[in-house]
Parts: sequence; C-alpha cells; structure tokens
Amino acid sequence: MRRKLEAVALHALVIMAAVLTAAPLLWMVSASFMRAGAATSSPPPLLPAPHTATLEHYRALFTSQSLGRYLLNSLVIAGGGTLLGVAITAMAGYGFAKLRFRGRDPLFRNLVLLMVVPGQVAMLPMFLELRELGLINTLFGAMIPVLAPIYGVFLVRQYALSIPGDLLDAARIDGASEFRIFRSIVLPTIAPVLVTLGVFTFLSAWNDFMWPLIVLSDDARYTLPVALANLAGEHVQDTELMMSGAVVTVLPVFLAFLFLQRYYIQGIMAGSTKG
Amino acid sequence: MLQHERAESRAGWMFITPALVLIGVFFVIPVLGALVLSFTDFDIYSIGNPADTRFIGLGNYRSLFADPLFWKALRNTAYYVVVGGPLSVVVSLAAALLVNARLIRWKPLFRSAFFAPWVTTLVAVALVWRYLYHPQYGLLNAFLGLVGVGPIDWLGNPRWAMPAIILMSVWKNFGYNMLIFLAGLQTIPPQLYEAAELDGAGQWQRFRQVTVPMLGPTFVFVGVVTMIAAFQIFSEPYVMTQGGPLKSTLTLVLFMYEQGFRWWRLGFAAAVAVVLGLLTLAGTAVQLRLRRGGERVV
Repeated sequence: MRRKLEAVALHALVIMAAVLTAAPLLWMVSASFMRAGAATSSPPPLLPAPHTATLEHYRALFTSQSLGRYLLNSLVIAGGGTLLGVAITAMAGYGFAKLRFRGRDPLFRNLVLLMVVPGQVAMLPMFLELRELGLINTLFGAMIPVLAPIYGVFLVRQYALSIPGDLLDAARIDGASEFRIFRSIVLPTIAPVLVTLGVFTFLSAWNDFMWPLIVLSDDARYTLPVALANLAGEHVQDTELMMSGAVVTVLPVFLAFLFLQRYYIQGIMAGSTKG
Repeated sequence: MLQHERAESRAGWMFITPALVLIGVFFVIPVLGALVLSFTDFDIYSIGNPADTRFIGLGNYRSLFADPLFWKALRNTAYYVVVGGPLSVVVSLAAALLVNARLIRWKPLFRSAFFAPWVTTLVAVALVWRYLYHPQYGLLNAFLGLVGVGPIDWLGNPRWAMPAIILMSVWKNFGYNMLIFLAGLQTIPPQLYEAAELDGAGQWQRFRQVTVPMLGPTFVFVGVVTMIAAFQIFSEPYVMTQGGPLKSTLTLVLFMYEQGFRWWRLGFAAAVAVVLGLLTLAGTAVQLRLRRGGERVV
C-alpha cells in the first residue's frame, strides 16, 4: 500500500516536472498560431481563442521576411559543414588510432590539450584572417568551426581503436591501397560513431549564433538564428510573428532529435563514461 | 624502414593532414594571434591600414584593469558561473534521480522530455523566454500572481535580470547533465544499495553514503563541462537584455564582442579574450585537481 502511494506521488512529481519543462515550447507553438496582438492580453491566453487560430504569421515570414532564404542558408551551412566535417574528422580519427607513424601519439596528446581553450579566444584574429582570405560573408566562412572539431577527432579515434590491426594488415597483404582499406573496411566499422558525430555537428552548426553573427554581415547570408535575433530587434511587439519565427528555427533540429533520439542520448552517455 | 611501413606512415600523415591544417589555420594560429593582438593598438583605423598598428606592450591590459565596465562584466560572469553552475548541477542530478527511480515507469519518455530543451536553438528559446518574462503579459508573472506574488519586472530590473537569465539557462541545459548523471548512476552496482539497506540505511542515508561518493568522478566531469560553458555565456544576454539593464547582464564574452565588433577595438578586445582563456584554464585546473582527490575517495 505504502509502495503504491509512493509510486503515485513520484509519478505526479515527474509528470509535473515534464509539463513544466515542456511549457515554454508548447506556449511558443500555441502563440505562433494566435492572431496578431492576442498573446499580449491580460490574463495571457494559453491557447488561441476558438476559431481564431491562424497561419498568417508563417505566411508573412516566408513572404515579406524572406525566411525561406535564411532557412536555405542554415541548411547549406549546417548540412555542408556536417558532411565535410564528418569526412575530415573520420579520416583524422582513424589515422590517429590505427596508422603507425612517427610522432603520432605526442601530436594527438597536444591536440587533446587544445580542447581546454575556449573557441571565443580565437574569434577576433580569425575574423581578420578570414577577411584577408576573402571568406567574410561567405557560407563557407560560417562553416569553419565545425570542419575539424577536436572533440570529434577524439571521439572517432576512441571508437576506431577497436578495429583489429590484423584485419588491416591482411588487406594490405592482399594489395589493397590505404584509401581502399579506409573506404571498405574502416568506414563501415566506424559508421555508428560517425552518425553520432554527424547529429551533434549538425546541431551545433544549426544552433550556433556568435560566429555566424560575426562572419555574416550581409543579411542575404544570414542563418536563421542571426535573422531571428535581427528580426526581434525590429519586431519586439509582434509576439506572435516572433514565435512563428522561433518555431521555424527550432523545428528542424527538434524533428531530427525525435527521429534520431538514441544517437543523441547514447552519444552523451557513452562520451561521459569513456572520456 | 620497410617499404610497407613507409607507405603506412605516408598514409597516416595524409589522413590527418586536412584536420591538422584546419585546426592549425583556424584555431592554433588565431589563438596565438589573440595573444599578439592583445599587445597592439589594433583598432578601426588598423583595419583600413594594418601598417598603422603599433605594439603597446601591456597597454591594453592596463586600460582593461582600469575599466569599471570590465570588472562589472567579470563580476556578472562570476555570478553566472557561481550561482548558475551549481544550480544547474543540482537540478540535473534531481532529474536524473527522479527518472532513474525504481518505481518510475516510461523512463525513456521522461528522459526525452527533460532532454528536449537542450537540442533547441538558443536564440529562439531565449526569445520565447523574453515573452514569458514580460512584466505585464508574461505567463510567469501570471502564475506567480495566482499565488499572490506581485509582478516582477524580470528583465527590466537590474536585480532580477541575471537570475532570470540563469533560470532560463538551467531550463535549457539541465537535460545534458542529467544524461551524464544517468550514465553515472547506472554504473553503481545494485549490491551496494542492497548492502546498505541490510545495514538499516534509509533512503537519504543510501543517497549520502552510496550515490554521492560513487558519483564523484561524474560530479567533476559535469562540473568542468558546465563551468567552461558558463564562462562563455554570450547569446542569452545578447538576445534577452543586450547586457542591460544598467549593464547588469554584461558578460565577459559580450563585452569582448562589443569592444571588438561594435567599436572595432580589436587589440583591447583581444586582451579580454586572453583573460577569458586564462580564467577558463585556471578553473579547469582547479576542478581537475579536485578530481584527483575525488578518485581517491572512490
């Protein structure tokens, strides 16, 4: 009996906590469908009044605010950055794990030490550097932080260490080139960690704000977060419009999370105990 | 060296070179560059004509340490790290214990619900919270009004603005640390709890005597990760308060951004960046020292 009461109480607690956690996101979605001005009335409504739910703000975003363009920029930067970044990181992680060459381990140790330096320390000189290279205001310039993440090299290396060396040596004796070995033996073996790396890379590129804000000054190149922050400056009063902008920005990464949950959750849980 | 060894060594370098070049050009050189830049008077005129730049030794650091705004930003950042960090750890641990409780069903569902805010875009949810915090129309004040708490001007009052930002960040981030605590909890052998129960330990005692010590290394990991992230806080104040009111939410990185990219005082801003880097290193070193102590306990 006591056990049962305890179970009911615990469930009440966890459900309440989950509802509170979801509340800001649920309100965001709800407000995005309210008529202009409806969210700012007293007392604040939780849902659009009956028969007033509207898509007008979404329509306005994609017509007068050219959100489609920012969505495309974000997709190119996050998608392209993820593909390139995973490829570069996979090669490096495997190289550090399995290929024997002089100076490999000290080099790797120094690389890992670099992880404690926060990225923001590099941003001012990096801006000047990109200016010299003509990469300011380019989508490629905005991708740079995710192209060779050191934690990614670390993650892939830890995973690739478990590839049996005999397997690689056997392929070498059969006359396979190193690139061939990488493509047909290594890649399939490390695929799971690459998916994990891919979802985290995409997420961090999509959600990043400070670097795109610095590197993209022409508003035709803005990513969604930069455009949204900019829009918020002009349209502070338009709560419902801003909330539809927030929904459009969050939705792609949120859907990705719903479908690929286990990669996120396993990635974090495994990273903490092995690292 | 044998021929096949030479081939493998060459392949090794080929595989790591793209990553090394990118890390070198876009991380190592800029980090060293920040150090060099911080000793120069690089400003808006230098952008047009870099030859104008002069080395001024520790000049930027002298003006930085004499700038009340820098100390304000440092204090605000310390407030955020010292209050927000531990609060975030406590909430994460509570959520992990709740989700991990033996009696709880549908664990994966609740786990995902608590983790979901972490995947959202900070700029978007910071905007959402800006409206939730609205003194007149915000839902938060509406709920507080139900229990008789008067309207609080969350983001407009210098006393409440930083706590409001902390609350929002805890909400956004606790799911990540919760997962790490869950991973830690699952490594604790159940026999330890059974033994403690046989010895007559109650729930609280089992938590104090088994869970907390066994989670020692997890606490350090979570502590380091949370602290490093906290030092770097930028987007929350940028979107929610622009550093106001009365500079009460101006953080170190926001200060660096404004000096560097709004006023183009890149030399001066680089000094801020160097201070930020050194503070992060010092904080990490302290926590790693604690870890050595922590591992001895376990």
